[in-house]
Amino acid sequence: MIELSDVHKSFGQNEVLKGITAKVEKGEVVCIIGPSGSGKSTILRCINGLESYDRGDISVEGLKVDRDAPSIVNIRTQVSMVFQRFNLFPHRTVLENVIEGPLFVKKEPRAQVTERGRALLAQVGLAEKADAHPPQLSGGQQQRVAIARALAMQPKAILFDEPTSALDPELVGDVLGVMRKLADDGMTMVVVTHEMGFARDVADRVLFIDGGIIVEQGPAKTLLNQPQHPRTQDFLRRVLHPL
Amino acid sequence: MKGFWHDAVEFFPILMNGVALTIIVTIGSLLLSTVLGLIWAMMRVSGIKALSMLSASLINVIRGIPIIVLLFYLYFVMPDLGVTLSALQAAILGLGIAYSAYQAENFRAGIEAIDKGQIEAAQSIGMGWWLTMRRVILPQAVRIVLPPYGNVMIMMLKDSSQASTITVAELALQGKLIASSTFKNTNVFTLVALMYLTMSIPLILLVRHFEKRAGKK
Repeated sequence: MIELSDVHKSFGQNEVLKGITAKVEKGEVVCIIGPSGSGKSTILRCINGLESYDRGDISVEGLKVDRDAPSIVNIRTQVSMVFQRFNLFPHRTVLENVIEGPLFVKKEPRAQVTERGRALLAQVGLAEKADAHPPQLSGGQQQRVAIARALAMQPKAILFDEPTSALDPELVGDVLGVMRKLADDGMTMVVVTHEMGFARDVADRVLFIDGGIIVEQGPAKTLLNQPQHPRTQDFLRRVLHPL
Repeated sequence: MKGFWHDAVEFFPILMNGVALTIIVTIGSLLLSTVLGLIWAMMRVSGIKALSMLSASLINVIRGIPIIVLLFYLYFVMPDLGVTLSALQAAILGLGIAYSAYQAENFRAGIEAIDKGQIEAAQSIGMGWWLTMRRVILPQAVRIVLPPYGNVMIMMLKDSSQASTITVAELALQGKLIASSTFKNTNVFTLVALMYLTMSIPLILLVRHFEKRAGKK
């Protein structure tokens, strides 16, 4: 469903992606792990065209991702994104945040969208916050609203860019819980994360990225329990046993 | 200040004619400068090089010309080029253009103050440039822009007196006419100053209200 082949990307002199080739099948949950600055987030941002890429090919359901082509709107309505810092619209209510895209981009009827929006808020456990404004919510609640906003687009896949990295530790569980439920329901997900427990339990596959290349990839349990490459071993040791 | 109240009662009706023109010039040029300023600002942040450079040069040209020269140009030079404007039209046009540069810079600052994550979130749900502006950026930028916008309103109210230089009989010019025919400089100009102040006070209060609201958030 999502295909990257030999994707290169530089910021000025700094080449952050040095030939990424990967595939995400429908219904698959893929976690991307790796040290910070390794290019993990850049991969996600290239997939839905927030970032351009210099060389190679990215396609979603056979449609080439080109951020300057009109087709990018089509891709973005099919592939939603959840950001590290939530990026909710502070001037709109929680419900308005959720229905903004379906209402104004996909131009669905308001009554239908509102009903779906409320159902989604209930699904992430925030039905009673529909009329609150995002700044009144905790980080964990805001991120769950952001997930509801992504779901409201009825996407075929969701990209998660370190969704729990900006949260207080006690709020991480709620967000991961919602994500786990999505995975169980068969949603296609690409998750950049430092939550190794989540990757191990929920992901089908894990990609370990370092220095702009995929160093190692494989089934989640295999890669996390018996990493083959020395760099993967070193990274996991440091993440799992920081002391 | 001898006989101030007596003079005030006598001159007030004449000066009120000037007030009417002052208000017309102020509101007219405020609206024009807002629309033009928005257009310059949009061009500036459009991401299209040619538009943004054109807007930057326009703003610099406008900023570099004194308002009074701009007014003279519109009123005295344009007829030579075949465009004749009434004094009132030239005043509104001149002040509107002159202030559009400041409005544009103010609007641009407000737009650029919005977190980039907001733009990315809008893009990620498929919004294009205009929808992002209208639904996400501008509603948030308004809060930031309003206090300085209020200050521009006050400045424009006072600078509308420059229209007197091209014969618009607004408050300042009415005062000058009365003063030069009655020689009651002190009383007349005190009255004129008080009338400008009276018009400014509601605007000053409005700015304070805007500032409080922007600070609350």
